[in-house]
Amino acid sequence: MSADSVIEARGLTRRFGDLVAVDRLDLEVPRGQVYGFLGPNGSGKSTTIRLLCGLLLPSEGSARVLGHEVPAEAEQLKRRIGYMTQRFSLYGDMRVSENLRFIARIYGLSGGRLRRRLDESMRQYRLDGLSRQFARDLSGGQRQRLALAAATLHEPELLLLDEPTSAVDPQTRRDFWDALFALVEGGTTILVSTHYMDEAERCHRLAILDQGVLVADGAPDELMSGIDCRVVAVESSKPRRVMQELSQDEWILSVTQLGNRQRVLVSRDVDGPVDRVRSTLERAGLDSVCREVEPSLEDVFVVVTRHSAAGRGEG
Amino acid sequence: MAALQRLLAILYKEVLYLGRDRLTFGMIFGIPVMQIILFGYAINTDVRELRAAVADQAGTALSRQLLAELEASQVLRIDSRAASGDELQLMLDTGQIHVGVLIPPDFGRRLQQGERPAVQLLVDGSDPIILSTARTLTSMPFEFDTRARQERAPPLFEVRNFYNPERRSSVFVVPGLIGVILTMTMVMFTAVAVVREREGGNLELLINTPVSSLELMIGKILPYVLIGLIQVSLITGLGALLFHVPVNGSLGNVYLASLLFIASNLGLGLMISTLVGTQFQAIQLTFFFFLPSILLSGFMFPFDGMPLAARWIAEGLPLTHFVRLIRGIMLRGADLVELWPEVLALLGFFVLTMGAAVLRFHKRLD
Repeated sequence: MSADSVIEARGLTRRFGDLVAVDRLDLEVPRGQVYGFLGPNGSGKSTTIRLLCGLLLPSEGSARVLGHEVPAEAEQLKRRIGYMTQRFSLYGDMRVSENLRFIARIYGLSGGRLRRRLDESMRQYRLDGLSRQFARDLSGGQRQRLALAAATLHEPELLLLDEPTSAVDPQTRRDFWDALFALVEGGTTILVSTHYMDEAERCHRLAILDQGVLVADGAPDELMSGIDCRVVAVESSKPRRVMQELSQDEWILSVTQLGNRQRVLVSRDVDGPVDRVRSTLERAGLDSVCREVEPSLEDVFVVVTRHSAAGRGEG
Repeated sequence: MAALQRLLAILYKEVLYLGRDRLTFGMIFGIPVMQIILFGYAINTDVRELRAAVADQAGTALSRQLLAELEASQVLRIDSRAASGDELQLMLDTGQIHVGVLIPPDFGRRLQQGERPAVQLLVDGSDPIILSTARTLTSMPFEFDTRARQERAPPLFEVRNFYNPERRSSVFVVPGLIGVILTMTMVMFTAVAVVREREGGNLELLINTPVSSLELMIGKILPYVLIGLIQVSLITGLGALLFHVPVNGSLGNVYLASLLFIASNLGLGLMISTLVGTQFQAIQLTFFFFLPSILLSGFMFPFDGMPLAARWIAEGLPLTHFVRLIRGIMLRGADLVELWPEVLALLGFFVLTMGAAVLRFHKRLD
C-alpha cells in the first residue's frame, strides 16, 4: 500500500445469491482528495461503500482502509471514518441539537471538545437557527447539512458519502460540494458516490462502476482526453430522422438527442468522422451541420458502460 | 364497472402482499391452531391429583387405611411425607405442595368420639380452584368400622385455608397480573424499539459508529427495566390500596423477582428483534408468545389440571416461573432462596435469550 493511499482494495467481490453486486474490484484512493464513484443505480456503489466500512462482508478479496484490514479491523476503523447513509438516518423525533449531541457522545466526544465541535458544526453547516427544530420537520437540504454535520463531528480522516445529493435541489448540491471542498482543504479524504455527471466532474479522481465492475478510473480530464471515441455534434431540422438513420450504423457507438442537436459518438478507428456522418445523412436526404466537439464526461460514461447497456437492453 | 376493476386491483394487491409476508401468513393458521389446542387440551378447571404431603402422626392401621382411600379418590397425589404440621406448612410456603394432610396422634380416638374433625387438611387457598377441589374431600365417606356413623357427626376433615382466608379472587389474581403485564409490555417494547430503528434506517448509522453491540443492547434495555419496575410498583400499590392484596414476603424479594423476570422478557424481546424485519412482525411474534404464556403459566388455570405436554411447554415460559415466584413471595410469604428452582429457570431463560440476541446481532447489514 502506498503511503498516500487511504483506501486500497484488491479483488473485492460481493455476491447476493446469484447477483454479483461488486465484481473483483481493485481500487486505490489517494489521501486528501474527493474520490467519486459514478454509476447508475444498481451499479454497486452503495455495496462497495458498505464493504469498505465493514457493514457488509466481502465474498472474496480484501481491502485496507486507513491501514486497517477490513472487515477484520472494522471496529477500530469506525472511530476514524464518517459515514453518511443514502437515506436520512438521524432521529426524526429528536431536535437538531439533540441529534448532534447524541452522535458526538457516541463518538466519545466530551467536555470542552464536545461543546467546541457542536458550536463549530452548527455554524459551519448553518444549523444555528434550526437547533430546536425536530429533524423530521427539516427540508431536504437542511437534513443533508445535519447529516454531514453529524458525520464530521468527530473529525474523521475519511468520509464515506453514499449518494448524499440524490434528494436535493441544484443550489443545495452546489453548497454541499463547497462544504466538501472545505473539508478536503482541512485534510479529509472523501469518497462520494453519485449519479450526477456535474458532480462527478468536480471530483479529483473518479471510478466509473457498471454492474459491479470498475470500467474506468482516473481524473475526469484524463478520462475525457483518453476517451476511446470521437464526438460529432449534428444540427438538423429533422432530429428524429437523423437519430433513426445514425442508430443503424455499426461504427456509431451512440446517438443522444439534445433539443434539435444530436451528439454522436463515433468509433476512434473511423477516419474523418465529421465527413462520414455528414455523407451518411446526405445519402438519406437529410441536411445537417456537423462539427467535432470535445468529449464530455457523459460521453465517457456512455462509452465505458455501452457493452453492458446493450446487454441490459433499453431502459 | 371501473369501480369494480379498481376494487379487484386493490384486492389482488392485498392478497399478493399477504402471501409474501410469510410470518403473517403463518399467523393466519398458527393462531387458531394454537388457540384451539391450548383451550381444548390444556385448559382444564376440573383439577385432580393435587400435589400433597402427609404427616401421619398416628401411624395406625386405620390412618393408613384413610390414606389409601384418599389416594384412591384421585383428588390428591401424595408424594411426600412430613413429620409435623410445621413441616407441612413449610412445604406449602415453598410451593412444593398444595395440600397437607395432618393426621394427629389421637386420630383413632377422635374418630371414635366424633366430637371434632379427625384430620386436618392444610390447603393452599390462594388459588380458589384448588381450594374448592380440596373441599370436595370433606364429603368423602370413610367407613372405619362396622358401626354406622352417627347422625350429625362432625365432618371427617377440617379444612384450613392458608394464605387467602377470605377467599378473595383478587388476592390470587393480582400478583400474577404483574407477570402478565410485564410479559406484554417488556417483550413488545424492546422488540419494537430495536426494529423501529432498523426500519427507520437509524441502525445503519449506529452500527457504523464505535458503539459496540453490547453497549447498544444494554443501553436500549435499561430504560425499560426502569419502566418495568414502575409497573410493578403501580400494580402492587394499586392491589394493596384497592383490593387489600397483601405482600406477605419482603418487598425487596418482590422487586428482585420482578427484576429477574423483566430481564428475561427483555432478553426475549431483543431476540425477537433480531428475527423480524418490521414492527408489525415484532408485535405478531410477541402476541404469539403472549398467548400461551397467559393460558399455560398457571395465571388463569391451575397448573396441576393440565396434561403433561402442556406442563412441559409451560416450564419453558418465563411467566410460569414468575407466577410461582411472585405468589410464593406475596401470598405465602416465601423467600426467594426457598424458591431457587424458579430463580434458576428465569436466570437461564435470560442468559439464553440475551446470548442468542447478542450472537445474532451483528454490526453489519448482511
